[in-house]
Amino acid sequence: MDFGPLLLLAILEGTVTAAVLALTAVGLSLTFGIMRVVNVAHGEFFMLGAVLAWFVSQWFPDAPLLAFLLAMVICPLVVAGVAVLADVLILKRLNYEPEATIVATIGLLYIFQQAALSFFGPNARPVAPPFNFRVQLPWFGYSGYKLFVILAAGVLLLLVWLLIARTKIGLVMRATQIDRTTARAFGINVDRVYAMTFGIGAGLAAIAAVLVVPIQQAHYLMGGDPLLLSFIVVILGGLGTLRGTLIAALLIGLLDGLLSTAFFFPPTFAKIMATLLVALVLVFRPEGLFGRRTA
Amino acid sequence: MTDRALLSHLGLLAVLFAAHWLLPAYHHDAVAKVLVLSVYAMGYNIAFGYTGMLSLGHALFFAAGLYGAAMPLTLWGWTGGTALAAGLVAGTAMAAAVGLLALRTRGVSFMIVTLMFAQAFYLTILYLGRWTRGDEGIVIAQPLRQVAGFDLSNGATRYLAALLLFALALLLCLRLVRAPFGRVMVAMRENEERARMLGYNPFTVKLAALTLSGLYSGAAGAAYALMFGYAGASLAGVQYSILPMLWVLLGGAGTVAGPFLGCLLMFYLIDYASALTSATLLVVGVALVALVLFAPKGALGALRERLGKEGRIWLP
Repeated sequence: MDFGPLLLLAILEGTVTAAVLALTAVGLSLTFGIMRVVNVAHGEFFMLGAVLAWFVSQWFPDAPLLAFLLAMVICPLVVAGVAVLADVLILKRLNYEPEATIVATIGLLYIFQQAALSFFGPNARPVAPPFNFRVQLPWFGYSGYKLFVILAAGVLLLLVWLLIARTKIGLVMRATQIDRTTARAFGINVDRVYAMTFGIGAGLAAIAAVLVVPIQQAHYLMGGDPLLLSFIVVILGGLGTLRGTLIAALLIGLLDGLLSTAFFFPPTFAKIMATLLVALVLVFRPEGLFGRRTA
Repeated sequence: MTDRALLSHLGLLAVLFAAHWLLPAYHHDAVAKVLVLSVYAMGYNIAFGYTGMLSLGHALFFAAGLYGAAMPLTLWGWTGGTALAAGLVAGTAMAAAVGLLALRTRGVSFMIVTLMFAQAFYLTILYLGRWTRGDEGIVIAQPLRQVAGFDLSNGATRYLAALLLFALALLLCLRLVRAPFGRVMVAMRENEERARMLGYNPFTVKLAALTLSGLYSGAAGAAYALMFGYAGASLAGVQYSILPMLWVLLGGAGTVAGPFLGCLLMFYLIDYASALTSATLLVVGVALVALVLFAPKGALGALRERLGKEGRIWLP
């Protein structure tokens, strides 16, 4: 393949990665921004979404489209429910103290991994894509499903933005983010806002996983990479800013596509460099690349 | 004046020494391993329990000690003693270097930065698989595992060597936390701004504490390599950063003997649980959640609180 088409392929692949990553990272960014909770179990919510999508696909082995549509509804709801339970039963009782919540979410991470290992098994399992058609470009054919993933992620992100910026729920969430004591004084039920935020954050990770699982198989240890990448994206974008998170996700996704598809970098080496780079950004520019410098 | 704190810790060492003759073979080996890992947990406790630095990257220092000893031993033919020293230096230097950078941040950022440095090191071990043998790990042959004429692959020698290392680490830690510097470390944990106002530089105090923590972790890693003859990438993963935190929380953060107690309890808990079910991850997860919810001070922390109420504060 010539370099031009190869570059196009790399950009397409990168955009798919970026779209899924943006959804996952926005979930993490919401919980961090509004609740100030570092959710180490966020990758496991992603994994639970993928594993549940596989179970749903087993109910309708002959109708992948129906299974996919059902999974798009059921998986985020179930995972959000689990997250709300975790918030009410554990995080709330810890008063959202940063160190205690980190330890507790690490505990949740192991519990979810074990649950997936026990009920789903140690093997990676594929889920059939809801439809099969290839978009024939002049140089190569490209999976129509992957293009659909980009579109769907874009629509979902737009919905999240509308929810936060244009609805009453979003207003209440933003008020809680700015000052939870004052919000409470104005009659906002902060506990309910927190539970809802944690649920939405987890649900976003789950829906990202439902989208990605026909491309990448479901596995009980698949949560590690999305967690680390989401951390990277949220930090680069400036902790708790949605726009920064989106830009950073696009950046990381495209970089990943370019490095692995067009330039054939060894992925481990690229990961080492990316990890060190992000650690250094956090050390020298704690407010992130796009964040505003605040006290 | 009797020094009850010193006596009680010497008593613990005496019991462990007596156990050398009393324990059956399986438990003899298990306790030797617990002793070495306790040294690692004590190092974590110096950073987390006493100085209040929540690190998720201590596996970096442990693995630096592990590979710092294992690689010179197998690749370059160093003797056991020098390899042990190399591991110690590697762990300490790594902690000092990471501290210089990571201590510019605090709280959640510190946790994420240490996690990322440890992750980068873990990936580097996989990437340099030609020398480190990656996931498969380096197996150190029995004839190489000699230090000063003692064969550390022998069960009895290994137990006594582990106990010696543990005793040194325990007494040093006890001395440290009762010395003025130990008090300053606790002051950093309790209220950094107030300590700064009193004229202590938080950066240097925390850097010193983290470096010392790295020395403990490196020593434990190097000893692990020589005593159990194995260095693998799995020992550098995130899980090995989280385990010492679990042990410290279980035994009691900010207590000298807590890390050992926590490590011992967790080791046998997993050991018994694995006989009943294969869900060992569940045990770790539930233990973590239950600890922060119901016993945030751990076993010895709770004991200290009760003794303190009766006016008999002597458990450091």
